[in-house]
Amino acid sequence: MKPLEGLIVLDFSQFLAGPSAALRLADLGARVIKIERPGGGEAGRSLGISDVTIQGSSLLFHTINRNKESFAANLKDPTDLETVKRLVAKADVLIENFRPGVMEKLGLGYDAARRLNPRLVYGTITGYGPEGPWKDKPGQDLLAQSVSGLVWLNGNAGDPPLPFGLATADVLAGAHLVQGILACLVHRGVTGEGGYVQVSLLESMLDFQFEVLTTHLNDGGKLPQRSAINNAHAYLGAPYGIYATADGYLALAMGSVPRLGELLECPALLQYSDPQTWFSQRDAIKRILVEHLATRTTRQWLDVLEPADVWCSDVLDWPRLLAHEGFAVLDMLQDLHYRDGTTIRALRCPIRVDGALLKSDRPAPIVGQDNARIERELV
Amino acid sequence: MLPLEGLLVVDFSIFLAGPSAGLRLADLGARVVKIERPDGGDLCRKLYVTNVTIDGESTIFHAINRNKLSVSANLKDAGDRARVMALVERADVLLTNFRPGVMRRLGLDYENVRERNPRLVYGEVTGYGRQGPWKDLPGQDLLAQCLSGLVWWNGTSAHPPLPIGLAIADIMAGANLAQGVLACLVRRGRTGRGARVEVSLLESMIEIQAEGLMEFFLTGGMPQREPAWPGHPYRPAPCGIYPTADGYIALGECAVPDLSAPLALPELSEYVDPAAWMARRAEIKAVIASRLRERCNAEWVRALDAAGIACMEVLSWDRLMVHPAFARLEMLQEVRLASGTRLRTTRCPIRIDGRVLKSPLGAPAVGEHNQLVLEEYDESQSRSEQTQGDSAFQYRGLDV
Repeated sequence: MKPLEGLIVLDFSQFLAGPSAALRLADLGARVIKIERPGGGEAGRSLGISDVTIQGSSLLFHTINRNKESFAANLKDPTDLETVKRLVAKADVLIENFRPGVMEKLGLGYDAARRLNPRLVYGTITGYGPEGPWKDKPGQDLLAQSVSGLVWLNGNAGDPPLPFGLATADVLAGAHLVQGILACLVHRGVTGEGGYVQVSLLESMLDFQFEVLTTHLNDGGKLPQRSAINNAHAYLGAPYGIYATADGYLALAMGSVPRLGELLECPALLQYSDPQTWFSQRDAIKRILVEHLATRTTRQWLDVLEPADVWCSDVLDWPRLLAHEGFAVLDMLQDLHYRDGTTIRALRCPIRVDGALLKSDRPAPIVGQDNARIERELV
Repeated sequence: MLPLEGLLVVDFSIFLAGPSAGLRLADLGARVVKIERPDGGDLCRKLYVTNVTIDGESTIFHAINRNKLSVSANLKDAGDRARVMALVERADVLLTNFRPGVMRRLGLDYENVRERNPRLVYGEVTGYGRQGPWKDLPGQDLLAQCLSGLVWWNGTSAHPPLPIGLAIADIMAGANLAQGVLACLVRRGRTGRGARVEVSLLESMIEIQAEGLMEFFLTGGMPQREPAWPGHPYRPAPCGIYPTADGYIALGECAVPDLSAPLALPELSEYVDPAAWMARRAEIKAVIASRLRERCNAEWVRALDAAGIACMEVLSWDRLMVHPAFARLEMLQEVRLASGTRLRTTRCPIRIDGRVLKSPLGAPAVGEHNQLVLEEYDESQSRSEQTQGDSAFQYRGLDV
């Protein structure tokens, strides 16, 4: 039995953050029903750049909406709205990420929903919090990264502010929403009462930086200094970074610089016996490593460093990762089977429960494909 | 009342991934007890990122371990191990990130612990899973990023593989662990049965790339990093950060022709086909970049806001923290250590029932709560004889 089996989640959210939270609940066993506009459906169906579309929706949409059902309803139509309210009365969780005020206007705000269903756990994602001067700004991943200070942690000192090349704000806000919702479901198990969970892209980006922000808040307000070369983390000293070798790349995590000097037969590193210098002389040490590590292959270096328990690794691209036995043993992939016979390959949920993987071969739905069944079972 | 109030978490984990999951459970209301080695405790206490220390310990340790208690125990000593096992028997959640095999040698592996406490949710973080050729490699953030392919998403096409400049593998694995543990607590509420939850840094890093990997399975293409002004390798123009006359602004996703009027760039109105926003991304962004350089942030933000274009000024921490929008978030809190030392840190990013979750309790000293926790365990043991099956760990309020 998957942990959330039997729970019903109504997902009104669009694009990435909210739907990724609903996907996680689905993989953990909940029945997730997307509430979509009849016709075009969720706006995220056209989000994404690939020329590949499946059943008219983008690959990105299919990535984060697999394992869900779709209920088409026009929330401006009183009959449809009445039906949706009946679903709200039966649901365990509701997720939405409209701009502040939209759900209230529809009569589906938290207070109204709680009157319909006091056991409901109601989850909201905004861009920048429920109030304040930015509350109506578009909640978009890159913008949240950019105002949060995060973009000054990535890349080298000479680079402009450089965004994290991944939708980290969406992904983390979605993860935090899941945590809040699940905690409230635990609480409901004790008290019988639902709850209201709010997260935002910006607060999630600040939490993502909690270690380095705490340092900043207690070091007199110094700003992060990225390494001039091979930066991997603005607050970590040499050798931390990725280095080019004769045939590829080598990653070195934290470790003793003089010990590296001995193992790599690089006498220039031996002088850095004081660990303070690994930070204060970070760029100089990294330059020595850049020059030295380019002289042999990645394999040659790993053969020296791995037996000595130095924290190091090869740097893989996807073809090499996917061909590796270390990847195969994780069993990370699953096939999604569409009704028309199409099959596409997807990732699974990264959590194992009781030693079992949480897989589901159910693809993303067509808009409204489940209306009849949902009306029969739940309305 | 916080959602997890009354739950006891026994946390054996060190560094970041496991302890960050423990912190989240603590902020959501659980009582989290770190089990630490008497000689120095969690190795993270000495993991300095700057020469600033708080009571002789690293700032990041304090960020990760506030709102927790510490019990020191030498797990190789039979007496200490028995005391810890007694605590585990009363716990709702156990967290560990030892390398596979270590907990077994200590008699604290899942199979053994489950017999003593069938309601326990046992959460484990590893680097690369419990099996396979990588199982004994050091579970470290940068190394997990480098094996996963993630480093090819970040930066520009001029960069070599570029790591993401924060411990994203640790943070994501911790977030996934917290989710799995909470989901199993939901199930326990109905079935009475505990569970084992496993996550790894590598699986967390692979799953986070689902969008790109699904594309790769269909087309065989790696992420296409941009030559300049990067946003996200899978997003079209204008998504990116651009220099202006006095700083930087970020442009989110929008229809490229909609930029034509606010930027006074008539040539952008020709890009009517959305496919071109990706296919001719570099060319479109070069046009936008050369225009944005001409004026200041404030002027551009005004013009773009008026046109309904998603944009934001790029801020550094010092400028963010004096912004009125930041003050409204109430994102900071002060915590206090037993020594009286105070420090400022961030709060939990989740609001429950409209309230932010704060706690004034700072990170503990090694073994600071030995007496408190072990004494209360004795009390709760005698109480449990009257309230059988109730595993909620009762405790006195802490004086903070």
